[in-house]
Order: sequence, then C-alpha cells, then structure tokens
Amino acid sequence: MQLTLEFGGGLELLCDSEKIHKVNVDLPNGAAADDDFTMKHLLSWVRTNLIKERPEMFMKGDTVRPGVLVLVNDCDWELSGQLDTTIEEKDVIVFISTLHGG
Amino acid sequence: MDDIVKMIGLKNNCTFCGVFRRQALDRGAALLKVDKLVTGHNADDIAETVLLNILRGDIARLSRCTSITTGEDGPIPRCKPFKYTYEKEIVMYAYFKKLDYFSTECIYSPNAYRGFVREFIKDLERLRPRAILDIIKSGEDFRIATTTKMPEQGTCERCGYISSQKWCKACVLLEGLNRGLPKMGIGRPRGVNGDHKKDTKKPGPAVKSIESKQCGSLDFQNFGN
Repeated sequence: MQLTLEFGGGLELLCDSEKIHKVNVDLPNGAAADDDFTMKHLLSWVRTNLIKERPEMFMKGDTVRPGVLVLVNDCDWELSGQLDTTIEEKDVIVFISTLHGG
Repeated sequence: MDDIVKMIGLKNNCTFCGVFRRQALDRGAALLKVDKLVTGHNADDIAETVLLNILRGDIARLSRCTSITTGEDGPIPRCKPFKYTYEKEIVMYAYFKKLDYFSTECIYSPNAYRGFVREFIKDLERLRPRAILDIIKSGEDFRIATTTKMPEQGTCERCGYISSQKWCKACVLLEGLNRGLPKMGIGRPRGVNGDHKKDTKKPGPAVKSIESKQCGSLDFQNFGN
C-alpha cells in the first residue's frame, strides 16, 4: 500500500536528510494474507529500508526510541494503540524526535 | 566552543558552555536594561535537573532548581514559564502550528551526564507519563535541614558579579583557559567523587561556584507525591 512518511526533529538525518518519503509497503513474508498491517510491521520495514545510519536513534527494541513522537494521520499513536495501530492506504505517518539541545 | 574543547578535551564541556552562556545572557540582559530574563526550560528539563542534583548531592542547587522564578532579590530575576509543560506538548504544538523548528543536537554532548538522566526520564514517561510532574513536585517539596552549611552569596573579586566563592565560576574557568590549566575549576576541592560535571541547563541565579559545603542531611518533611 502507498504511504507517506515524514521525519522531523532531526530524524531526517538518519534517512539521507529527506524529510518526506512516499513509499510502498507490503506485509512481511511470514504474515498471513489477510493480517492487518500494523505499526509494528511498518517500524521494522522503516528500519530495514529507510534508516541509513544510527538505527539506535530511531528504535529501541521493537518500538521507537523513547522521546520520538509518532503521529498517524495527525493523531498521537498512543490514542490508537501504539504498535497495534492499523495502517491503511494513503495514511500519513510522522516521526518527530523531541530530543535535542542541551 | 571549538577552541575551548581543543584545550580541555571531550569531557566537562557542559561546564564551560553552560557557565559562559549564562554569563553572556546575564551581561546581554544588563546591557539591554531588561526587567526579567525568561528561558524556555520545560518540564522534562526541570525533572532532569532535579534527578541530576540528587545524583550529585548538590544540595544548594536542589533547593533552588524547582523555583519558577529565581534571583528575585537581584538586578534581573529569571523565570521559566514552561516549567510544567511537557516537551512532547511543545513539539506537537510547534508541529501543528507549523512553527520554525530548530532541532540541532549539541555535538559535544553525547557523553554528558544529563544524557543518561534524560534517557531514564524518557523511559519513565513511557511507563507512567505523570512521573515527570511528580518528580518536579517532589523536588519542590524538599526541605533542607537548617544545620546544612549553604553557600553564601557575595561578589566576585575579579568581575564584581554575584558569586558564592571568592571568584565566580566564569572567572575561574576563564583564568584556567588563559593560563593553560584546563582542569581549573573542574572537580571538587575535596570529596568522594572525582570529576564534577556541570550542565548547560542548570537553572538558578548567576552563582556558578564549586561547592565548599559539607554533605547536607536532607530532612524529608512533606514528602509529597
């Protein structure tokens, strides 16, 4: 499915300094054909395909690093189930890092 | 900062940067003859500072760091209006209002002590978001035993600004840099721990001085939660 991914707050530096990525993603090979596509699948897809350096800045374990905001269609993913949030065609997902400065 | 780091190495950078930046802020504010100096410290910063001061046993700062206004008896009081605002809220606000957003990471900070505390607080926030406000509340409720020796406010002999030691921290650091003694002003004069790192986000008045106090005894009255 077609998705738009945006990276902000410094995270774009991990993806060749591109802030906006229009991508086409599919369920991983192990999943059944009618499984919902969730944020969990998307995160591992992003880590494999978009993050070119320092993956520890983006993810910690199975989920995003604490301090990274995730918005699915402008809505905080904590309201829609975090990793279990289902993703649909044409969704816009934004990752913003809140960690910066000193 | 690059020149300073060439001289002092990759440790204790926050001490130099923080002290000199604060001094620049103070001097600039005095030149402009302002009434108040307002900074953008948010809830996450204050919570980090509370934990940092506890970890270092810095009693003087612990008693001051949660005040929303400091230095009221001085020439230019300082205030932190975003004290209770979560960093996450600020970022979301900036995003939705499409504000210009600067997100440069300090290149000297990867080993800063504050980074570890920040990591811890972010993990805490994930488990229980109220933890940040609760830490601030606990910090506000600390009461220091009256028997603790606290630093007294005087003036710096070299520049005349307020200081709790003979020379203010900025003068001590500057003298060290000029004399080629990068370790001057770093580390405790006596005590258990070795290096004593200061941080860029340390709130408080223009007193930047090494502690000469004994370890205090914290009297926990009103341990609020």
